[in-house]
Amino acid sequence: MKDVISLAHGEGGELTHRLIEDLFANAFCHHDQLHLDAAVVTCEKKEIAVTTDSFVVKPIFFPGGDIGKLSVAGTVNDLAVSGASPLFLTAGFILEEGFEIRGLKKVVQSMAEEAKHAGVRIIAGDTKVVEKGEADGLFINTTGFGVLGSKKVNGSNVKEGDVVICSGTIGDHGIAIVSAREKLGLLTEVQSDCASLNHMIDRLLSETDGIRIMRDPTRGGLATTLVELCDNLQMTVELQEREIPVKREVEGACDILGFDPLYLANEGKVVIIADATEEERILEILGKDPLGRQARTIGEVTSVDKGKLLLKTPVGTTRRMDRLSGMLLPRIC
Amino acid sequence: MRAMDLFSDTDLTLQSLQAVIRVAEQFKEKYKRAPVFMEVCGSHTMAFARSGIKKRLNDHVELISGPGCPVCVTDQKSIDAMITLGESPNRILCTFGDMMRVPGSRHSLMTAKAAGNDIRVVYSPLDSVKIAEENPDKEIIFLGIGFETTIPILTLAIREAEKKGIMNYSVWMTTKLVEPAIRALLDAGEVKLDGFLLPGHVSVVMGEEKYGFLPKEYGMSGVISGFEPVQLLSGMYKLMALLLEGKPGIINDYQSVVTKKGNRFAQEMMDRYLTPFGEEWRGMGVIPDSGLVLRDRFSLYDAKKKFQISMDQPRKTKCRCGEIIRGLIKPEECVLFNKGCTPLNPIGPCMVSTEGTCSAHYQYMRED
Amino acid sequence: MITITEEQALVDVLGSQMYVGILFVPEVKVGDYVLLHAGQAMTVVDETYANESIKEWREIIRESDGPVL
Repeated sequence: MKDVISLAHGEGGELTHRLIEDLFANAFCHHDQLHLDAAVVTCEKKEIAVTTDSFVVKPIFFPGGDIGKLSVAGTVNDLAVSGASPLFLTAGFILEEGFEIRGLKKVVQSMAEEAKHAGVRIIAGDTKVVEKGEADGLFINTTGFGVLGSKKVNGSNVKEGDVVICSGTIGDHGIAIVSAREKLGLLTEVQSDCASLNHMIDRLLSETDGIRIMRDPTRGGLATTLVELCDNLQMTVELQEREIPVKREVEGACDILGFDPLYLANEGKVVIIADATEEERILEILGKDPLGRQARTIGEVTSVDKGKLLLKTPVGTTRRMDRLSGMLLPRIC
Repeated sequence: MRAMDLFSDTDLTLQSLQAVIRVAEQFKEKYKRAPVFMEVCGSHTMAFARSGIKKRLNDHVELISGPGCPVCVTDQKSIDAMITLGESPNRILCTFGDMMRVPGSRHSLMTAKAAGNDIRVVYSPLDSVKIAEENPDKEIIFLGIGFETTIPILTLAIREAEKKGIMNYSVWMTTKLVEPAIRALLDAGEVKLDGFLLPGHVSVVMGEEKYGFLPKEYGMSGVISGFEPVQLLSGMYKLMALLLEGKPGIINDYQSVVTKKGNRFAQEMMDRYLTPFGEEWRGMGVIPDSGLVLRDRFSLYDAKKKFQISMDQPRKTKCRCGEIIRGLIKPEECVLFNKGCTPLNPIGPCMVSTEGTCSAHYQYMRED
Repeated sequence: MITITEEQALVDVLGSQMYVGILFVPEVKVGDYVLLHAGQAMTVVDETYANESIKEWREIIRESDGPVL
C-alpha cells in the first residue's frame, strides 16, 4: 500500500511528531526551535507588514508550480507589492485522510525551495488531518511578515498622467490551471507564472522614485485588481486594449473556452502605478529581470476624482470595466 | 499575414470603419435618416459591443439586437421548469454555463447547486453522455437550449447514448429556430427595419438559401456575416450598398464557411432525431414550428416525457427582456437596467447570458 | 487540424490545442482550418475564399476612398 496520510497523523501523537520532525522541520531547517510552542524572531525595524492567504488550488500540481510554491510566492508577493521586504512565513496545513505522503513531501520541498529563493524563512507551522471527503487533498494557509521600507507605496500621491505598467503577459496561471484540470479538454504548453517577485520589486523600489502603488493581479485578474484599486483611490484609469500583453496560446485558449484574459488569474505579475517621468527607468529595470522581461505600459491615470476603470478599444471607443462577476472558473489559488 | 488574422487587424478595421461611415452618409443623404439594421445572432450582438464598433457607429447606423440569444428567448415558465428539474436527488443536471445564473422565479441553478443539488456545467453535450456512463445509478439530464448551430450537436449526444445503450440519459429540449422568429417579428410589424445582419454560425448549418424568403416574401435584404471586426463592418457596408441599389437581396459575406445549402450532415442528423414543434418564446408567445423536439421513437431520451414537472405561474417582475428581444427597446430604456438589474443581481436572462443584449450593453457599452 | 481519428481530431488554436468532434465534417484533412462550436467542428474553412474576400474588401475600401457622394 502507498504511504498515505491517516487521521493519526493529526492526533498529536507519535505520527504527528514524526511528520513534523522528518518532513517539515527538515525542509524548513529549524530543529533549534522545535521545543517551543511559538517561534521567536527578532525584527530591527518597527513597521511590520502582515498578510495571510489560504491556498486551495486544484489540481495541487500544475505546469509551472504546485500548491506549495504558490503558497509561498503568493504571500511573499502580497508583502512585496505593499512595499515590504518579506522575512518570515508561517504555514498551516489541512490534510485529507488518504493523501499521499510522497505528494506532501514534494509540496513541502517546493515550499522550502521557493522560500529559499525568495529569501524568507518558514518559522512556524501547524498540521491538521480531516476525514476523507472533508477536504480536497491538501489546503495550505500561509501568513507572512515583512518590514516596510522607507518608501511609502500606498497610492496617496497618485496623480493625473501617472502611468500603469504591467510586468508581463496576463492570464497564464488561469489557463495553466484550466488545462491541468483536464476537464475542458484543453491542451496547452502554457505554464503558470507562479513566482516570488520580491527581489524584482525591491530593486524597483530602491532604484526608482515615483512608484505610487503596486498590486499583484491574482484572483479576478488584471481587470478586477485595477477596478479595486481605482475604487480605493478614487482615480480613473484608462487601459489601452491593444497594449495589454497576452500570450498567443492564452489568447487561443480564451477563444476556445470563451474566457477573457483580463479576468484570468496571475501569480507572478505586478501592476504598477507610477509617475510618468519614471516610466522608462521602471521598464528598463523590469526588462532586465527574467520575471519582468515582457513588461509594458498598458494605460494611464486620466483623472483623480472618480473611481473607475476604462478600457480603450482599438476602434477608439472606451468602455467601463467591472469586477469579475460570477464567471464560472475553477479553483485557481 | 493570413486572411484569418487580417479580419481582426486594427488598421484594416479602422479603414473599414471609414468606408462604412462613408456609405452610411450616402444612405442618410438619400433617405434623410440613418439605416436601421437588426443583428439576429447573440454572438453578433456581443462582437459589435465588445469590439466597440456599435458605439463607434452610433451616429451613423442604428443597430438593433434581435432574438438571437437562446437562453434569453426561452420563456420564464420553461426556465423555472429547468431549474426545478435539477432539484431532485439522484439526478445530475448538465448544462451549458450560460444557464447557471439565469434568474428563475424562485432562484437560479447556481443557488440550487449551492443547496447541494448536483448541477454541472459542461463544454459539450457529449460530456454529459460521459457523465451518464460514469453514473449508471443516477439520471443525467442535459438542458438542450440552442439555435440551429447547437441543435445538431444535441443530436450527436443522443446518438452517442443510443450507440452505447445508455438508458439513464435524457435531454430537455427547448430549441429555437431562426426563420420562424424573423417571420414573427416581421409579421408583427412592431419594429421598423431596413435589413438584417444574418447569423453566421446558424448559416453554416442551414445554408445561404434558407433566407430566400426575406427578399421574396418581405422585400427585405440581409447579409450573412462573420464575427471578426472587419467581417462585421464589411457585412454592414454590403447591406447598405444593397439598400442604396434599391433591390432587395441576400449577400453571403461569409462564404469561407457558409455554403448555399449548409452542412448536409448536420441537417440529416436533425431530421433523423427531431421534428418541428410550436415553442413558446419570451415576449412573443407560441410560434408555430419554431423549435425542434425529439421524434416519438426517441422518447427514451426525452426528458420532458421522462420527468413530469408541474410549475406555478412565473413571478411577475418589471423586467423588459421580452421587448428587448423583439428589438422594441434598448436595455438603457428598462428602469431596472444597471439599477435593480446587474450581472451580480440579474432580474432577467438578458443580463446574464453570455449572448444577452443587456449583458452586452452592461459589460461593453457603459462609460459610467 | 493536427491529427485525425474516426470521430475526433486534434485542433490547434494559436498554440493551444483541443480534441473536437468531426462527425459533421467527414471531408476534413490534416492542415485544414475548421470552425468550432461546443466541441464540434461545424465546417471546414475555405481559405481561398477567405483570402479572396479580404482582397475584394480592400478594393472596395480603396474605391470608396474618394469624396462622399
